[in-house]
Amino acid sequence: MNWVAWKMLTGDRAKYLGTVFGVAFGVLLISQQTSIFVGIIKRTASQVIDVREPDFWVMDPYTQNADDIKPLSESDLYRVRGVSGVEWAVPLYKGQTRARTETGHFWQSIVIGVDDQSLVGAPTKMLQGNLADLRRPDSVIIDDIGYGLLWPGEPKVLGREVEMNDRRAVVVGICDVSSPFFTFPVIFTRYSLALNYVPPQRRQMSFVVGRVTPSANQAEVLRAIDEQTSLRALDNRDFLWMVVGYYLRNTGIPVNFGITILLGFLVGAAIAGQTFYLFTLENLKQFGALKAMGLRNGRLIGMVLLQATVVGIIGYCLGIGMTAAFFEFTADLNPNLRGLHLLPEIAAGTAVVVVFIVLLASVMSLRKVLILEPAVVFRG
Amino acid sequence: MNSTFAEPPKTADDREIGVRCRGVVKEFGDGETRIRVLHEIDVDVLTSKLTLLVGPSGCGKTTLISIVAGLLDATEGEVELFGELQSKLRGRRLVDFRAANVGFVFQQYNLLPALTAAENVSVPLLIQGWTRAKALVHAHEVLEQVGLADKFNSLPSQLSGGQQQRVAIARALVHGPRLLVCDEPTAALDAHSGRTVMELLKRVAVEAGRSVIVVTHDSRVLEYGDRTIEMADGRITRVA
Repeated sequence: MNWVAWKMLTGDRAKYLGTVFGVAFGVLLISQQTSIFVGIIKRTASQVIDVREPDFWVMDPYTQNADDIKPLSESDLYRVRGVSGVEWAVPLYKGQTRARTETGHFWQSIVIGVDDQSLVGAPTKMLQGNLADLRRPDSVIIDDIGYGLLWPGEPKVLGREVEMNDRRAVVVGICDVSSPFFTFPVIFTRYSLALNYVPPQRRQMSFVVGRVTPSANQAEVLRAIDEQTSLRALDNRDFLWMVVGYYLRNTGIPVNFGITILLGFLVGAAIAGQTFYLFTLENLKQFGALKAMGLRNGRLIGMVLLQATVVGIIGYCLGIGMTAAFFEFTADLNPNLRGLHLLPEIAAGTAVVVVFIVLLASVMSLRKVLILEPAVVFRG
Repeated sequence: MNSTFAEPPKTADDREIGVRCRGVVKEFGDGETRIRVLHEIDVDVLTSKLTLLVGPSGCGKTTLISIVAGLLDATEGEVELFGELQSKLRGRRLVDFRAANVGFVFQQYNLLPALTAAENVSVPLLIQGWTRAKALVHAHEVLEQVGLADKFNSLPSQLSGGQQQRVAIARALVHGPRLLVCDEPTAALDAHSGRTVMELLKRVAVEAGRSVIVVTHDSRVLEYGDRTIEMADGRITRVA
């Protein structure tokens, strides 16, 4: 009877495609909206994610996120280095300044000052130029999208100059970075230069970043840093979640996007569930005829579940494909959409949701089928 | 003419009465809305005869054949099908009994639109667990018997009303049921197709020793009945 179920499902091409695309559209809504939400939240911690070499971050104990920083003193760096179990520790600057080009264009920009000696915190993916050129005088590396913002429509060449805090900087490289929360250029330079590109403050070191010796217990070392320096030391993961948590708690993003995702889920569930439910209802008379002919309820359940599984799998694959294609094609069209993509976790989560929706629709449909009196077939 | 329709199995004593109804009552609803649509029906349906069940709309014909076919439970009374008391066949046993012993022909054919004629005819065999290939071979044989050898692979939408009804009859007969229940089988057909269908039903009833009940309003088909049971207001008014 599985073959009959398959023919019933696919026999009317228009109905079949309508049902499958109903599920696919639901999947598209759910997975796309969730991906955008996760992508935007991820952007809040983009600079944390991009710094790969260290395995801990040290900051003022009252720091709440990576953008609102109370600077540390130079001595804090040495105190951290003095903690047993710290393999190495270097300063990292993160701040904002206005960058202006020779043409007069200016953009508020994110400045990342990396350790002068080790270049820890420097971009990991260079598109043009060499990372080593960052050691040259007044040198900066700018991210690809930021370059386009500062010199819109112009070819990307090295050697251009930019002015920050009345100081000249030369672009020696173009890199790729994770998309920042705001669409600002991201400018990398050496720590010592970064301090010149921003208005002076008594204390200027944003973070100390470092690594724990392989033989030491990371948690114990971080606790020792906390105790011995009165600062806060977090591993990369905890720092990332602290930043993300701050934005989730203190901005309207989760509420607004939560509503959008919920609506996406409800609309997606309604479309996917209702189309399948209606499909079964439209076949109710046929199911009634099969029941009259002696088809047991167990076989009928199997037929409906087979149809639901086929619709669910094909609709899911189409919907996930459409979501992936959306991010693939829009990333290059609009810089605001860069860095947004379909994560495997979201694809898996959407699959779970689709199973739930299709099962729910099946159960509702099956209820109709199971309570259906076979005598219905005699009613014109 | 020899028939190759599947022969229904004979009971041990091969009685002439296929269906025996005694004191059958059917009520719908509860309390004050309770309505009795069948009043203590006593009637027999004979084998190898084509029995017509006639009467005005709403007189209880469809309810009676639904009970006889095991699709509805009687509120009171007993129905005996080929020696088996329906009241003793419950749940899965009743469904299996129906699958093996009852064939249905509906007014609107109720063919599965996505299946070809042969595939539609094979459905009762698939329900009984036949393999698809074997069921299709047998379905082809039965379709030949109803004169549709050239329509094996036609979809219902590609067939005329008369042809669809003949496919429906082939489907009702393919598994060799002992009882054939037909609900207004000619209502949607022109005179010629109606005659063809009734001749076919008569042949399968008489030649294969089945009990065939045909519910009808159609006065054109009265001549085909071996027996006619008339109903009015939920009661049998005449058996001729």
